[in-house]
Amino acid sequence: MSRKVTRRKFMAGTAAGAALATLKFPTPAIAQAAPFKIGLLTIKTGPLAQGGIQMEQGIGLFLKHKNNTLSGRKIEFISADTGGNPAGAKTKTQELVERDKVNVILGPLAAFELLAITDYVRDNKTPLISLAAAEDVTQRKANPFIIRPSATSAQCCHVMGDYAAKELKYKRAMTISEDFAFGYEQMSGFQRVFEDNGGKVVKKLWPPLVTPDYTPYIAQIQNVDCVFNGFAGSNPVKFMRAYADLGVKAKIPLLAGWTAMDDALLRSLGDEAAGTISVAWYSADGKTESNQRFVADMQKDYGVLPGGYTAGMYIAGQCVEAGIQLAGSKADDRTAFAEALHKVSLTDTPRGPVKFDHFGNVIGDVFVRKCEMKAGKPVNTVIKTYPGVSQFWTYDEKAFLANPVYARDYPPAKNLEH
Amino acid sequence: MNLWLTLAVNSISLGGLLFLLSAGFSLIFGLMRIPNLLHGSFFMLGAYLGVSALNWHINFWVAALLSALAMTLIGGLIERFLLRRLAGQELAQVLLTLGLSFIVADVCLMIWTGDPWQPATPEHLRGAVQVGTLFFPIYRLVILAVAIVIAIGLWLMIDWTRLGAMIRAGVDDAPIARVVGIKVSQLFTLIFSLGAALAAFAGVMGAPYLSVYPGLDFEMLPLALIVVILGGTGSLLGALVGSFLIGFLYNFGQAMFPDLAYVILFLPMLLVLVLRPQGLFGRAMP
Amino acid sequence: MSFLTPQRAAIAAALLLLVTLPIWVGNPYYINVASQILFFAVFALGLNVIVGYGGLVSLGHAGLAAIAGYTAALMLAAGHGHFISDFAAILVTLAASAVFAVLSLRGTGIGFLMITLAIGQIIWGILYRWSSLTNGDNGVNVSGRPAPFGISLASADSFYYATLLVFLAAVATMAVFFRSPFGASLRGTRDQARRMTALGYNVWLIRFLAILISGFWSGVAGLLFIYYNQFISPQVATLTASAEVLLMVISGGTATLLGPIAGAAIVVIMKNVVSAYIVRWNLVLGVIFVLIITFMPEGLVPGSVRLWRTAWRKLSRRDGVIPAKTEPTP
Repeated sequence: MSRKVTRRKFMAGTAAGAALATLKFPTPAIAQAAPFKIGLLTIKTGPLAQGGIQMEQGIGLFLKHKNNTLSGRKIEFISADTGGNPAGAKTKTQELVERDKVNVILGPLAAFELLAITDYVRDNKTPLISLAAAEDVTQRKANPFIIRPSATSAQCCHVMGDYAAKELKYKRAMTISEDFAFGYEQMSGFQRVFEDNGGKVVKKLWPPLVTPDYTPYIAQIQNVDCVFNGFAGSNPVKFMRAYADLGVKAKIPLLAGWTAMDDALLRSLGDEAAGTISVAWYSADGKTESNQRFVADMQKDYGVLPGGYTAGMYIAGQCVEAGIQLAGSKADDRTAFAEALHKVSLTDTPRGPVKFDHFGNVIGDVFVRKCEMKAGKPVNTVIKTYPGVSQFWTYDEKAFLANPVYARDYPPAKNLEH
Repeated sequence: MNLWLTLAVNSISLGGLLFLLSAGFSLIFGLMRIPNLLHGSFFMLGAYLGVSALNWHINFWVAALLSALAMTLIGGLIERFLLRRLAGQELAQVLLTLGLSFIVADVCLMIWTGDPWQPATPEHLRGAVQVGTLFFPIYRLVILAVAIVIAIGLWLMIDWTRLGAMIRAGVDDAPIARVVGIKVSQLFTLIFSLGAALAAFAGVMGAPYLSVYPGLDFEMLPLALIVVILGGTGSLLGALVGSFLIGFLYNFGQAMFPDLAYVILFLPMLLVLVLRPQGLFGRAMP
Repeated sequence: MSFLTPQRAAIAAALLLLVTLPIWVGNPYYINVASQILFFAVFALGLNVIVGYGGLVSLGHAGLAAIAGYTAALMLAAGHGHFISDFAAILVTLAASAVFAVLSLRGTGIGFLMITLAIGQIIWGILYRWSSLTNGDNGVNVSGRPAPFGISLASADSFYYATLLVFLAAVATMAVFFRSPFGASLRGTRDQARRMTALGYNVWLIRFLAILISGFWSGVAGLLFIYYNQFISPQVATLTASAEVLLMVISGGTATLLGPIAGAAIVVIMKNVVSAYIVRWNLVLGVIFVLIITFMPEGLVPGSVRLWRTAWRKLSRRDGVIPAKTEPTP
């Protein structure tokens, strides 16, 4: 609520003249008593609004749990709607940095939004806690102002490659995902680990982001042990129904990345989802204390089962709290705060323990889940936990970074069949 | 072989859905010369209304009809109170219909949230016809059947009823139609409502297979445009042939030329427009 | 005639406001918003050449701006200088506009609109899919802004002034253009295409040239866009982006100089400033469009002029006779 008051005051300020407006923003030098400002880059309009709304619920619930006070600092929360496009993300970041002078930014949701603002937040020394997965932001183009407590695109998919080859003993796989960077990075991560463990990816399908009907792609699926899909947004819902309707599900098991089988998506799914095995860095059935409180309160306040978008922002809030504590009196110094964020190590978050590598990317548990029907509703149940997974999986960091970033044709798929 | 058969069957059923979507668009465009950029919004809003009705455990067909009925009313109101004043002003119509589409999109986001909704396929239409190793979902064949029934209904109405004669007269030459005593303005309201109702009905029919989510409106609008451009405006036969053509182009194009997936529909549309601006079945426009 | 006509006084006041804007606005964020309004205004003015004066409604112009932006961004990324990259970008955009014109002029009215829509979608598809060249949806970063004559454009102020210069140049050329014989002949092709042909004008050529002029300014706007954002991605070329500029032109008032500028201001302010206070800003924007079209079908600027004149006449002549509707002069 404090947000609205400040906004209104600010508007009155601009109306009265710019000189007054500057008075509304105390400089950091005298700011110890001033609130610590958190800006959220989210999406509340357009096709990607689903995830954006969930993000806002996550940080909102965290601040409510903490009574709007983190490590003794009063929090001022400002939410900005990017509209889901890079130019909007840039303008809204400017708004948060230049006008609202936030101490830290949470978000954004999409990789293309993050890539549009990474240079800007570095130049303007504003710490950012990302949900978006673009690999290179914590790899070849690591940014000292960014940490990522969610995951890189491939972080979970490495695990799926391992699980599919070693535990499920699959030999031949097909991949299908949207034709964009998040899809490429996911599928490449899966392919690399799966093939390093003796599997073969024999076909890769890339439907456009906007595909009204997946049948032309699903009709090409045959003669494999499994299909790994990395769909995101509302696409998995459409894809899984068609996969089941066309009779493929009955013959070929479906594997899924985290966005394709997110817990928050389950309410949109029916029995077509049953049997799908997915990997995720967050699972609503996690057993940590904070997760049980988190899930229960999400049920109570919003009547929904939370997924990764919500949990990601809840955990980002925990990182802010820990960062303020670590930075102590220097919390208002943005460079010092960014350094403190990199040192954050949490034992109890909704996803389990969280710490960061020196690139600012999370090292955390990854869950393998199986979807089952319980009382007529699909539910994801953890069947295996891979503890402390790094973005580099088990590969050597230097060798990993010497390769190009995962892409549509990197690493090259040597086992494609036609 | 199997792949091609699946694609062929799916092309036809997608064509059926596209016909339901674009028949109304074609009529509105042909008779009223209105580039109705709201048509995708009618489809999406209709689908959402259907989803809500289904959540109250209303029968699927009743839900589809209720949604169409609601959209008849909404379409009629928009035509009577907003579009009517802008007759002949193409730019104003573009601004109005786009402005309304913003409103519809945001209202839908408010009411139905950003979550995708995918109603279960109606109980009696589940399952698949199995031919050898191939599965053809019954529901998609039902969509096709419904599209054929509606196509026949529309054809009978336009070619064999007094109302149809008036519509044809209006399409051919609205001023003359007025002179001979046809109440063209009432006809406009009727056609616009009918177009909105058909789009909403298509939205509900499509929901168990396309699902409903924010952004669906601007996914469907270009499809309706392409169908009508290819088939020619104001021609029911054109819309029908255009729909099946796009159904085939979409299915085979995506499967055979994945690298062209993004232009597979727009390239033929451009070619037709450049080489034969009136569409494959339309008559040259004045 | 005194030297200080009301019109000149208004222009002088507007110029003074624009030039002093960074001083009275203060916060760099709002200066940046002003820069955005100006380059979107340049874009809308460019589109207005064909929409307003030529009667040709385009839903593909974002594609032309994107071609300029991508050409420059990719050349800069390859290590070329700003001048040569920008120059090449404009040339490529002009060439693309020529192709755009040849294809789209196969139709008029709704046919033109559909062809431009298809071209715009194809450009978007190529930018999105040809990722080995364009880096796909990850987009291309532009590492720095140019420093013409040694003046760095890195700060919000300096970039604003550079944009303002371009904007004023655009406004001035538009003002000259619309009064020129060519401008008149373009209006002629809009209102009386057949008569123009009968009079010996080459209607096709006039329209073709108008599309080139319009493409040129779209390209300039595209360049300002990438320097402002220091980033470009295929979203620049979407149908939504094209529709947005068209909405600016129509809502402000076509075939006027001020209309597209007012339209750009409305859309940019709604998207970037009002959205911070009103969650459902998209709804409000839609309502604004509907209201404009309901009460001023000719657009905000000419509509306001008409309403003001009507009110003025009612006040001045108290005989109750409602004066005939006057056509606003551009």
